[in-house]
Amino acid sequence: MRKPIVKIENVGQTFNTKSGKFTALRDISLDIRPREVVSLIGHSGCGKSTLLNLIAGLSLPTSGVLLCDSREIAGPGPERAVVFQNHSLLPWMTCFQNVMLAVERVFGRQEGMPKLNARVAAALDMVHMDHAMHKYPHEISGGMKQRVGIARAFAMEPKILLMDEPFGALDALTRAALQDELNGVMAKTGATVVMVTHDVDEAVLLSDRIVMMTNGPAATIGEIVEVKLDRPRDRLELAQDPRFAGYRAVVFEFLYRKQLKKAA
Amino acid sequence: MSAVAILKLAEPPARAEPEPVKTAAVATERSVTVERSEQAVTPPVREGLGEGGREMLRRIIPPVFGIVLMIGIWALVAIKSGNIPGPGKTWAAARVLFADPFYQNGPNDQGIGWNVLSSLQRVGIGFGFAALVGIPMGFLLGRFAFMNRMFDPIISLLRPVSPLAWLPIGLLVFQKADPAATWTIFICSIWPMILNTAQGVQRVPQDYLNVARVLGLSEVKVITKILFPAVLPYMLTGIRLSIGTAWLVIVAAEMLTGGVGIGFWVWDEWNNLKVEHIVIAIFVIGIVGLALEYMLLTLAKRFSYEAR
Repeated sequence: MRKPIVKIENVGQTFNTKSGKFTALRDISLDIRPREVVSLIGHSGCGKSTLLNLIAGLSLPTSGVLLCDSREIAGPGPERAVVFQNHSLLPWMTCFQNVMLAVERVFGRQEGMPKLNARVAAALDMVHMDHAMHKYPHEISGGMKQRVGIARAFAMEPKILLMDEPFGALDALTRAALQDELNGVMAKTGATVVMVTHDVDEAVLLSDRIVMMTNGPAATIGEIVEVKLDRPRDRLELAQDPRFAGYRAVVFEFLYRKQLKKAA
Repeated sequence: MSAVAILKLAEPPARAEPEPVKTAAVATERSVTVERSEQAVTPPVREGLGEGGREMLRRIIPPVFGIVLMIGIWALVAIKSGNIPGPGKTWAAARVLFADPFYQNGPNDQGIGWNVLSSLQRVGIGFGFAALVGIPMGFLLGRFAFMNRMFDPIISLLRPVSPLAWLPIGLLVFQKADPAATWTIFICSIWPMILNTAQGVQRVPQDYLNVARVLGLSEVKVITKILFPAVLPYMLTGIRLSIGTAWLVIVAAEMLTGGVGIGFWVWDEWNNLKVEHIVIAIFVIGIVGLALEYMLLTLAKRFSYEAR
């Protein structure tokens, strides 16, 4: 068994709110192994983004511990790159400059300018955004912005890539195109990815494991499905594949029979 | 009268088609001409005027009408009152005045150009100091809630005070009229800059700060690459408001302190009973204020990342 990159041990997260303590997460234990793609799926409000923020180090757990490479996660860092839901490109910088900001931070000390430039160009080329590298974010479409966001994250060569509903804000066709592209990039780089999603097809298509979370408050891991579909995965072929339909059915079963929201 | 006639001609077609439909029609016409560049490129022309010409007329006519109306009322008031100079008399005086705007006959008799320039200089210096203090202060107040709460009562108390109330304090401290006038400009310019900068800092989207945290950017990089560009549009709003107020205040301050300046000049001409010069000064003050506003708006547009 390969040594996990991220180890989550008995993690719980409690927030102090006006109406008292609110337990968002409890008893979460999960290992993320190298080169695997893990999806976190669950109904909205189940704390999947909270869990991702804990791995990112953007917030700290109230109980339990998270380890990255056997060291406690005490804050955010470039070895755990994040692709934000709303791309979060800085609007006053071109696509190139946005990626460069990240590349310079990670590799600026040991590499010269030509090499840094090459890294940025390669990252943008990988997501097919090389044609628009000198454009500003407001000059390109939502899908293109998200591509640049992904390029920025990959360019940092992180140990683990965290994605918070990366395609949530995109229309279905653009989303499909980006999923395929992401599949390609992940295959090429062998990246380790944790992705929050609420899209069952996306989870099955992209993941090696799907972590299904129970409803909040006090959400925890309900079930984990291993997706044993061969890579590279082809969207059209999989649509005909009974195994694909089987995995979908398992996730749907969990989400809509076992965890159906009482209130909603 | 002629303006009314032009307006009557221009109004009906302008009303006939509502604005959004019009622009859509223009857009399709354009795209059609792009697609069929070989064919006749003649958009439907009505009454011998192109679309551009009509649009121009529609933009130009209302302001021209407004100005004509103003001059008309002014002329009427002048005729009725007898001691207010009419447009004709003022125009004649202005031609003499602007023939030599930069003459110097001793400290109390200088051309209008010098007066405007020295007022602008006071505004520039007072505003400059206010920016040096106010902008960093705004950053501190926006970044640290403690500082914000600490200064909130002070700013709330002092901001509504007319800057002219500070003039005697300035005279007392500096013992001279000129720095005292600059001091009032400093006081009136500083509040909008502090408040707008602080607001800008508070409104930096959390996403951008999260990007900075994930990348682990240094504090210097956070300030130069994220905070400063994000706050700049707010800062420029503060600067615009400050300069606007400063230009309002300088006239009053100079009336009280004397010396060379457009405010003092107005008062001096009142003492000389050259009322037409006062009217000219009103126009000059207005035009300079308009120019400052326009300059800063252009600057703001250049640096606003949303509009680019």
